[in-house]
Amino acid sequence: MGNSSSMLTQYDIEEVQEHSQRLFSQHEIVSLYERFCQLDRNAKGFISADELLSVPEFAMNLLSQRLLKMVDGLNFKDFVAFLSGFSAKASVQQKIKLIFKVYDSDGNGKVSFNDILEVLRDLSGSFISDSQREQVLTQLLKEAGYSKDTYLTLDDFIKILGSSGLRMEVEVPVD
Amino acid sequence: MSSSQGKLKPSSSELDLDRPNIEDYLPSGASIHEPHGKLHLRDLLDISPILTEAAGAIVDDSFTRCFKSNPPEPWNWNVYLFPLWCFGVVFRYMILFPLRALVLTIGWIIFLSCFIPVHFLLKGNDALRKKLERVLVELICSFFVASWTGVVKYHGPRPSMRPKQVFVANHTSMIDFIILEQMTAFAVIMQKHPGWVGLLQSTILESVGCIWFNRSEAKDREIVARKLRDHSQGADNNPLLIFPEGTCVNNQYSVMFKKGAFELGCTVCPVAIKYNKIFVDAFWNSRKQSFTMHLLQLMTSWAVVCDVWYLEPQNLRPGETPIEFAERVRDIISVRAGLKKVPWDGYLKYSRPSPKHRERKQQSFAESVLRRLEEK
Repeated sequence: MGNSSSMLTQYDIEEVQEHSQRLFSQHEIVSLYERFCQLDRNAKGFISADELLSVPEFAMNLLSQRLLKMVDGLNFKDFVAFLSGFSAKASVQQKIKLIFKVYDSDGNGKVSFNDILEVLRDLSGSFISDSQREQVLTQLLKEAGYSKDTYLTLDDFIKILGSSGLRMEVEVPVD
Repeated sequence: MSSSQGKLKPSSSELDLDRPNIEDYLPSGASIHEPHGKLHLRDLLDISPILTEAAGAIVDDSFTRCFKSNPPEPWNWNVYLFPLWCFGVVFRYMILFPLRALVLTIGWIIFLSCFIPVHFLLKGNDALRKKLERVLVELICSFFVASWTGVVKYHGPRPSMRPKQVFVANHTSMIDFIILEQMTAFAVIMQKHPGWVGLLQSTILESVGCIWFNRSEAKDREIVARKLRDHSQGADNNPLLIFPEGTCVNNQYSVMFKKGAFELGCTVCPVAIKYNKIFVDAFWNSRKQSFTMHLLQLMTSWAVVCDVWYLEPQNLRPGETPIEFAERVRDIISVRAGLKKVPWDGYLKYSRPSPKHRERKQQSFAESVLRRLEEK
């Protein structure tokens, strides 16, 4: 893959397309490559955490640290695969899978009570106390039919989030 | 200016006071979607708006766009155009460049042979010395401009020397200063540079009056603010030229103006500079090029064509804060030079956004959750 030059061959584009389930058009992949090269300042072939955090809009995002762990060090192919969940063509299932991966930070396929608490901590900071967060989560889990010790799987997530008309789309600017 | 290699550090809180609330300008998915109704598990788990914002920033963001160089479009080559282009390259590098280097060298010789005597021999006679030095600095700047075949069109009344008056302009490259200086000897406020540029700054620019600042020093701001104020009050100081963006932007966008120039109690005269990209992209991308490389690039292109507009002087209106004043002047300059405004502080090039923004978002999320918990 052209990591030192800024030219993508047709073969490269198709390979990336396959890897990301054909959720991006060829034009979009070329655009994403330009963006990738722009962020990867010294053409290392991946974007470092520091370079991503130099985008102020990203640095201000509450989940930036979590996303950094997922994106840091990815090569272009995996970078596009990561973003494919945000394509308009992605199914609701694919989007929920992405959300699940954000919660499941240790990647063991299960989201525990504590995993959810940690995300909530990122989102609410010091404005809700730890015990209050636990209380709220326990209550809501109970109302939905889960207990505090349940591990949520991807199917559970699909069940919980699938009906709410999830919208998670990003438009790739194409010249 | 090679601070691009260093690690970014969190910005000091003092930089925050410079700008109005960014949230007012940014499209924010999390705040647009007005959550209401009883809180369910799915509402708590649904982080899609926040993820969408983050992904949107990864894919494209208005801040990085401000600092994107625009390399000239490659020509469509065919049998006729390719030799023409080659001829152009040969002409520019083999003929134009040596000629220009020669012009510049002659200019330096003339300048130095006049400046050094004037500077030392007229030590006693300050007024005359200052006047001559001013003329000489304008001269060497004209030589610089000629060395890039600068075609500058000035519009509007020429600046005059009056006390309690400062000039502000949008910033694309250090050559902005040279282009303006050839018409009027301004005093300037700049970041001290290393190398030959620094040497020039400390010797020649001292004679027109210069104020140094250091971006990395947090306390520096107060010292600089005081120096600005002192300078602008003095009657025989050269008029002060300030670039309130604080950094070079690519001449298609303008970043937020720092309020320092707008709280001196002076009249502010806006100056708009627009470069014509057809001939060369004059944006100095300090992350990519040293100033020497940038100058060499200019000297091997066809021409530097730009327009300079001296716009109507503005004063602080009653009831207007310095930040609002700065935004108003930025508006005037951006409209004139065809720049798109973005709500970012240029210094974010060198430091991270303050934690205040995240805290505000966290607070809003927390309040919404607690509120909806109460609803039945």
